[in-house]
Amino acid sequence: MDFQPTEMQTELSGLARRFAREKIQPVVEQDEHDERFRPELIAELGQLGLTGIPVAEAHGGAGLGYQDYITVLEELASVSVSYAISVAVTGLAQVILEKFGNEAQKQRIARLAAGQAIGAFSLSEAGSGSDAGSLRTTARRDGDHYVINGTKLWTTQADSAEVIMLMARTGAADDRTRGVSTFLLEQGTPGLRLGKREKKMGCHISHTMELVLENVRVPASCLVGREGDGFKIAMTALDSGRITIAASALGIARSSIEVATGHARQREQFGKPIGEYQGVSFLLADMATRYDAAKLLVQRAAFLKDQGLPFSTEAAMAKLFATDMAMQVTTDAVQILGGSGYTQDFPVERFMREAKVLQIVEGTNQIQRMVIGRSLLKTH
Amino acid sequence: MWFFSDEHRMLQETVRQFAQSVLAPRIEQLDDEESFHREAFPKMGALGLLGITVAEEDGGAGLDAVSATLAMEEMAAVDASTTLSYLAHSILCVNQIARNGIAEQKARWLPKLISGEHVGGMGMSEPEAGSDALGMKTRATRQGESYELNGTKTWITNGPVGEVFYCYARTGSAKREISTFVVEKGMPGFSTGKKFKKMGMRASPTGELVFDHCQVPVANRVGDENSSVQAMMRNLDIERITIAGISLGIARNCIEVSTRYAQERKQFGKPIGAFQQIQERLSEASAWYEACRALTYNSAKAFDLTGGLSSREVSAWAARAKLQSAQMATQVGLDAIQILGGYGYTREFPVERQMRDAKLIEIGAGTNEILRTIIARQMLGNDVAQA
Repeated sequence: MDFQPTEMQTELSGLARRFAREKIQPVVEQDEHDERFRPELIAELGQLGLTGIPVAEAHGGAGLGYQDYITVLEELASVSVSYAISVAVTGLAQVILEKFGNEAQKQRIARLAAGQAIGAFSLSEAGSGSDAGSLRTTARRDGDHYVINGTKLWTTQADSAEVIMLMARTGAADDRTRGVSTFLLEQGTPGLRLGKREKKMGCHISHTMELVLENVRVPASCLVGREGDGFKIAMTALDSGRITIAASALGIARSSIEVATGHARQREQFGKPIGEYQGVSFLLADMATRYDAAKLLVQRAAFLKDQGLPFSTEAAMAKLFATDMAMQVTTDAVQILGGSGYTQDFPVERFMREAKVLQIVEGTNQIQRMVIGRSLLKTH
Repeated sequence: MWFFSDEHRMLQETVRQFAQSVLAPRIEQLDDEESFHREAFPKMGALGLLGITVAEEDGGAGLDAVSATLAMEEMAAVDASTTLSYLAHSILCVNQIARNGIAEQKARWLPKLISGEHVGGMGMSEPEAGSDALGMKTRATRQGESYELNGTKTWITNGPVGEVFYCYARTGSAKREISTFVVEKGMPGFSTGKKFKKMGMRASPTGELVFDHCQVPVANRVGDENSSVQAMMRNLDIERITIAGISLGIARNCIEVSTRYAQERKQFGKPIGAFQQIQERLSEASAWYEACRALTYNSAKAFDLTGGLSSREVSAWAARAKLQSAQMATQVGLDAIQILGGYGYTREFPVERQMRDAKLIEIGAGTNEILRTIIARQMLGNDVAQA
């Protein structure tokens, strides 16, 4: 690993940056207000080859690594976290199918990788958030079929998804690790319906859905991996998902720093640009330093994953640090812009609202600390 | 606080009931629609809250800054937006007219403001004069029996909805030659400009006041010409102390909601309050809140006790109270969301709204940065601090 982006990374980030500025930027503020997601933008991203980066070419992906993937997600998030998350979640479904799916299931990757279809990942429930092993949705075997019942919460883009990777209990209620299985569900399967859409603090473009399953009958061929693999699949997916969330945090932080720096140069009070006051310039210095530190952590986690080395702890560190950094940096950017920063005339208040969700999804930052703490105590 | 009187405690109870019965049922929708709770004002008027610091002979409640701060904390625990509009009305407009107006002016404006028939606000900030308030450019030129005002005020709480505004304008060439004018809705040349869309405090309308050859009678000038800077600065002290009360209210409710959640929410077979990470956040939040509460009410008491402390010292205490309380409330709000996890990020719980509201107080009524400057100048002396 060195500190120079490869030619491929430079090209990818340039593509993603241009797309974000030309296609997402003009509609993002109004769409956030209207809670409007545009699947056609994902299709266009797909035409650029940006929706299937980490899966093999044989499955319709770009066959690239996470080090490439994070550069794209950072660029998308620098304009809209909602679209970065959309790409990342569809990516999660692809990564699961590629690693754990059977040959028939792997055929489903191509449409997702091309941006022609959207994927979702459904794990959380009302009583099961951080404690994923306690989920209660059941999948009961019935001959060649499973019958699934339960209610899922906080499923990103379940309303626009073609396929949903859903975790349900196939074993005993108290079997936390081997009692859960993963199913590949199709949108429109009888008994599967969308519940309420959450009203949130931010990321309104990204729809957060409740999913209700009432006697959803699916063929046994929808089982991904073997029965009882679900918890392992979910945790594996979350390990790599954490890198994508951390990369998204880099995007909003970088944009916030750019906006705040520009403002500090131009805004004059007491006869000089406010950037000439230490109270402002030191704040900017800390923001930039934390951003760079976070970026190195994210790149390291991506590097380890690309090398096939263990990366779970490092991904947790990257997610913890980068999302906490983004929260702080976006909050400070609002502060530097003062009254203007608090209004919707500038994007930083939106970035601040978006940053908060990154500390919660893909394992709350409390969970990241548990992962890191346990790993330290186990190995030392 | 140990020095609260029975009167203070009664007020606290009255405002708490008012907030629960009048504000609580409406705030979610008002925040969602960015609309204003106009009907709350006559109800506050009936409780004597709108002229809280005004002498009884002028129709007010004759209470002190401690009382006003208590009212802010109680109201803001439920609805910080309406509380902010209440503050702009009662502290920035009503209190200033009562302190600085002559009898005839008080009789003209106070009755309808104190009853809640009218909503008031204050006009100081301008697009190019935020932290640098004395850099304002709005100018008032005397023309016979009236003044002509030209300029634009911005970030004015209650701007889009108010009837009476206590406004500052430049009347001389020197930096401190600033005068005060009460500008009323409907005056020729006065309009309210754009309304801001904001991150939080969405039920407290914020807008511009635009003066375009605006004709204001001389009788609407408060105080002597060119003499308003001292009163303007002094009022910033009570503004900062009482707005710190809003931070306290926000934080208190966030702590209550997240504590209850930590008792009830079970993960990994036990209440999440059993985990030290949650305990750490809750205990730090409550310690910081209590420290800010002591600091804020002591500052209010110092403001009320004339004599003893110099005006610079009172200003520094007011700045310390707001600096800490505002930062505390933002952090406590963020932590409350974090404790509630996915639920905290949704509008099913009040903490995401309260965090959005909390951030404003690090900016309005003096940014954190300006408050640090004020404190440093008092500590170091101007010679050193501005060397």
